Amino acid sequence: MSSKNNRKMAILIIMMFMFSIVAGCGQKAPTSEQPAPAAAAINVGINAELSGGVASYGTNAKDGALLAIEQINAAGGVLGKQLNPIVRDCKSLADEAMSVSAALAGDKIVAQIGPLTSGNVAGSTPVMTENKIPLIAPAATAANVTVDEKTGLTRDYIFRVCFIDPFQGTLMAQFAADNLKVKNAVIYGDTSSDYGKGLAEYFKKTFTEKGGTILATEGFVKNDRDFRATLTKIKGLNPEFIYVPGYYEEVAPLIKQARELGITAAIGGPDGWDSPDMVAVAGASALNKTYFTNHYSSQDTDPKVVAFVQAFKAKYNKEPDAFAALGYDSVQIMVQGIKDAQAADPVKLAGALSKIKNFEGITGKMSIDASHNPVKAGVIIEFKDGKQVMNSRIQP
Amino acid sequence: MLELIQQLVNGLSLGAIYALIALGYTMVYGIIKLINFAHGDVMMVGAFVGYFSVTLLGTNILVAMLAAMAVCAFLGVIIEKVAYRPLRNATRIASLITAIGVSFLLEYLTIFLIGPNQKVFPASAFTVKAYDIAGLSILNKDVFVFVSALVLMVILQYIIKYTKTGKAMRAVSLDMEAAVLMGISVDKTISMTFAIGSALAAAAGVMVGVYYNTINPLMGIIPGLKAFVAAVLGGIGIIPGAMVGGFVMGLLETMVSGYGNSLYRDAVAFGVLILILLIKPTGIFGKDSGEKV
Repeated sequence: MSSKNNRKMAILIIMMFMFSIVAGCGQKAPTSEQPAPAAAAINVGINAELSGGVASYGTNAKDGALLAIEQINAAGGVLGKQLNPIVRDCKSLADEAMSVSAALAGDKIVAQIGPLTSGNVAGSTPVMTENKIPLIAPAATAANVTVDEKTGLTRDYIFRVCFIDPFQGTLMAQFAADNLKVKNAVIYGDTSSDYGKGLAEYFKKTFTEKGGTILATEGFVKNDRDFRATLTKIKGLNPEFIYVPGYYEEVAPLIKQARELGITAAIGGPDGWDSPDMVAVAGASALNKTYFTNHYSSQDTDPKVVAFVQAFKAKYNKEPDAFAALGYDSVQIMVQGIKDAQAADPVKLAGALSKIKNFEGITGKMSIDASHNPVKAGVIIEFKDGKQVMNSRIQP
Repeated sequence: MLELIQQLVNGLSLGAIYALIALGYTMVYGIIKLINFAHGDVMMVGAFVGYFSVTLLGTNILVAMLAAMAVCAFLGVIIEKVAYRPLRNATRIASLITAIGVSFLLEYLTIFLIGPNQKVFPASAFTVKAYDIAGLSILNKDVFVFVSALVLMVILQYIIKYTKTGKAMRAVSLDMEAAVLMGISVDKTISMTFAIGSALAAAAGVMVGVYYNTINPLMGIIPGLKAFVAAVLGGIGIIPGAMVGGFVMGLLETMVSGYGNSLYRDAVAFGVLILILLIKPTGIFGKDSGEKV
């Protein structure tokens, strides 16, 4: 009976599969809502999450990218040609990101900016690779975005301008060793996520390379709320620094409990800390002497950043966040690539992008490495009496 | 030595919360042999009632706790009437699955009504003070949690040992049919059990809110499970067992994190549980027969 059922099941699955292929063919990408591009212009595709769950990421990155295009066009364009942005919404869905990419490929774009999340970039990747058009991801931080995990090979047409998650561990270790001048540290991180584990690993590597000592490695898991036992143990070790790679839901009560137990050491973490709930839960005074890494700060006093923030505010009447800055940088690095290649040709652009060195972006100076990840600076944000204040910029 | 005492303080505070939740599990099990998996979520509802009492009505924490206990006592009675009573003569697995259903209902109804994000228990509700006693950091909230848990347990013991309701509960637990013949209203007694158990869970919920500052609609799951384990550890159905089981669980977790490795906290805690149950399957206080509530 089971074999008969299995066969029926198999036939059913095959039928469903075939149907989905047929349906997929029928579901042609939406027709362009953009005006027909001028013949001499360079088409730039923007595939962004303008609606759906992460609409705020996509909208801000698109705004940043459009600002960059406007500035470049005002300055005479690239290789004497104007840039023509073609903006399409992938609705925060990976399959939608794929069909948007197919439509953009039909628009003869030179490169695609976006999507924002790693999952949506993964959805778009096969189409871009097939059509040999570079994809520049502003904010996709998962390691496997630019590298095929199975083969270990770099994806030829996928690039990004943000650092990967675990790299923040390196930045924080550098900050702790060089700026705070601490000699020893304890790692107490989220062990239930790749995010926490990767960060802890990178922190440990860089911190020990710089001559620091890791006194202990402890862990918590998502939804933990009681950290007192481990914190009491850590207090006994008397470390100068505690690295807490995790998300704010756990980190905020953790820091509060640490200070209640009388731990005064500096505490550091990654961008998962970036939430208003940190101050609401932990309280302003507990957060003094705590630092986290991030891609960018609008408080940066670097003249390039100041100019960008001013221009962005003037155009959109809002503060540019990290996504806006990364969207802006995505366009700028593409323009650099076109100049280097001396041609607005997607294949030549991909070759040029993989060789970019010391590109000066809003989010820092970056060089694209063999895995198509930028080696670049990050910023350290410090909590001062409940306010996020930019502490410094860390160049690896 | 100092560190050990500090860890004991940590463990006792955590254990008091587990013990309070475990009491509700054990009381309900003792009387109708049902593992009420919705119990942890009743604790969550209690935490939210306490939260709204503090933020919207501006009450102090004791009033908030009493309000939460009252609302949840009522909620417990309703849950029993609607979900469990019609199934009292059905198979035990049917009731068990219903309990899981009620658990999801409470969780996702709260998400629907209030939203999935965590809420921050206002710091003004309970001003935290640290007492530094010879290098030992004891917080007034440790004292608050521990003392109120103890007071509630003493009241519970009094109700069960010396009041008519308590006597009825013990009688129904011992032999439901005989209790009916003696003129005890079984329905009323079971309702009372749910009311008291849920009120204790609500108190624990408000304590969690005060102690850890944040509450969310899924906060009941893990403490609920651990309290269930504590109840089994002490011998499910036996009230002193639940208290001891709760404290053992809290201390065990604390000691493993403090002196072993925090990465193995739950593994060791649950490993010890398996060990105890292998040696003594009825739990620490378990007897083969005897008085159960």
